[in-house]
Amino acid sequence: MITWSALLKRFISDPVAIIAGFVLLLLILMAAFAPLIAPQNPYDLMQIDVMDSDMPPSWKPGGDPRFWLGTDSQGRGVLSTIMYGTGISLLIGIGAVIVQGVLGITLGLIAGYKGGWIDSFLMRLADIQMSLSTLMIAIIVLALFQAAFDPSVYAEYAIFMLIFIIGIAEWPKFARTVRASVLGEKNKEYVDAARVIGLPARKVMWGHILPNAMTPVLVISTIQVAEAIMTEAALSFLGLGMPVNKPSLGSLIRSGFEYIFSGSWWITFYPALVLIALILALNLLGDWLRDVMNPKLRRGDE
Amino acid sequence: MALLEVTDLHVAFPRGKHHEVEALRGVSLSLKKGERLGIVGESGAGKSMLAFAILNLIAEPGRVSQGAIRFDGQNLLEMSEHDIRGIRGNRISMIFQDPMVTLNPVLTIGTQMVETLKAHRKISTHEARRLSIEKLKLVAIPSAESRLDAYPHELSGGLRQRVVIAIALLTDPEIIIADEPTTALDVTIQAEIMALILQLCRDRDMALILITHDLGVVAEVTERLMIMYAGLCVEEGPTQRIINAPTHPYSNGLLKALPQNSERGQDLYQIPGSMPPITALPSGCAYHPRCEFATERCHVSAPDLVNGIACFHPLKADAKAPA
Repeated sequence: MITWSALLKRFISDPVAIIAGFVLLLLILMAAFAPLIAPQNPYDLMQIDVMDSDMPPSWKPGGDPRFWLGTDSQGRGVLSTIMYGTGISLLIGIGAVIVQGVLGITLGLIAGYKGGWIDSFLMRLADIQMSLSTLMIAIIVLALFQAAFDPSVYAEYAIFMLIFIIGIAEWPKFARTVRASVLGEKNKEYVDAARVIGLPARKVMWGHILPNAMTPVLVISTIQVAEAIMTEAALSFLGLGMPVNKPSLGSLIRSGFEYIFSGSWWITFYPALVLIALILALNLLGDWLRDVMNPKLRRGDE
Repeated sequence: MALLEVTDLHVAFPRGKHHEVEALRGVSLSLKKGERLGIVGESGAGKSMLAFAILNLIAEPGRVSQGAIRFDGQNLLEMSEHDIRGIRGNRISMIFQDPMVTLNPVLTIGTQMVETLKAHRKISTHEARRLSIEKLKLVAIPSAESRLDAYPHELSGGLRQRVVIAIALLTDPEIIIADEPTTALDVTIQAEIMALILQLCRDRDMALILITHDLGVVAEVTERLMIMYAGLCVEEGPTQRIINAPTHPYSNGLLKALPQNSERGQDLYQIPGSMPPITALPSGCAYHPRCEFATERCHVSAPDLVNGIACFHPLKADAKAPA
């Protein structure tokens, strides 16, 4: 284990971590305060004027100072849609990881602690789940969902569907990580001691083993958020994710992609830039966290 | 009536698909209220296995294959998991060998103590903390109030073992099983901790099962002694009698191997060979390959425990090898 102060010290001494953390914080703040700071609410049809459509960024000829990064084909400011869209992407990423985490940690903990046939059963289930590609499952389910329901119903529930599907499809990563970690912990003496003081298995598992097995979970959580955001972006790009009137970064990229050959490159370019920055920041932080938490790579200064 | 009565206890582990090997091969013991029993033997004799078996906590895939454990008239092996949890950590507590690893590193001392109390008593957190402080004071931990919010890594080994003892005492148990409670500590701390355990047992009329390698500690603390070898009890009786005049060749060997029983300048005595693994026990008496008194009979049949000794060729008090 590593203390918070040591963690902070390592963070401050690592420029890559600082930059990644800064970018991530900036994007999160931007998304969180989008309703306050965005020049326009892209969900509010009253604020959108089709006459403003396809404007280039403000510093280009034909640009409008109201729309700093230009507008898309519906007349929405690209900057505003990015601000709102980042929030949706982050929400889906974090939401999906929470679903993955709850499912994966519970099943991994049970598999690791109980062992025997329960372990074999759950891990084979995980194997089956892993052998089905996340994108494939998502495409099938979302396509069915889209076909079965009215577009307005789809628009309303798409975000929950995405969180749920990406969450379900990726639980084995958490389950395997937690199981491996539990197998390492469960034979330690403090676990025997917890059993000897008369605690039920449930409390031994959740109260004593899990807190000691959380380090790798923390690391994969960060990387899984990036993964989930990417999956969502890919699905949206295929037209199976967030609807155009409530766009995530992926749907923004898609909506601009149609116009890229007519010269309106900014509609796709800026959301893509933000998406790359977000994923890169998350992955760099995840890698950093993994190195810091790995005792074999730990430097001698703590 | 005895408080704890273990009869003919067998613990078996599967080996391959259809076979089992026995880690305990029929151990019996009885413990009266307030009595202090020592269990001595080499590593692998089954001492810790016995302790875990008493609490019915043999780890899978092992199992108690035969025997009975009667505590206060009830057979622990026939109790439901829920009922036995009411005894574990409540009426029978255990102290482990290494305090560095028996406390959960991510929970504070207070959390671990309160949790123990709440598992067995319906009390408020406030009350549980008060009782915890009381017990920390009992084991002579300085500034007990502030220690409650400390993490295990903030305490020294000796203090941690005191905390472990305080946790064991929380519910005022009738029996404490101490599994080599001082092995992992400094020699100076060892004496302190043993003195503390002894004093607590005397003051509170608690029974003690002390598992150890250390015959010196056993002699000071316990009233009765059990010598274990390869999953069996080979000699049992009053501690002073066995220490002064062991009758089993193995007990005798253990005592002779104590450095203080060797002449200065002489090589230290050691029992030849080592304890056989439970998967490859010799025929007859398990000790015969290492025994200097072994005869043909020892190769063929195993002696039963009769009058506290399991040997065909018990030593007479005067025949004891020169110490």
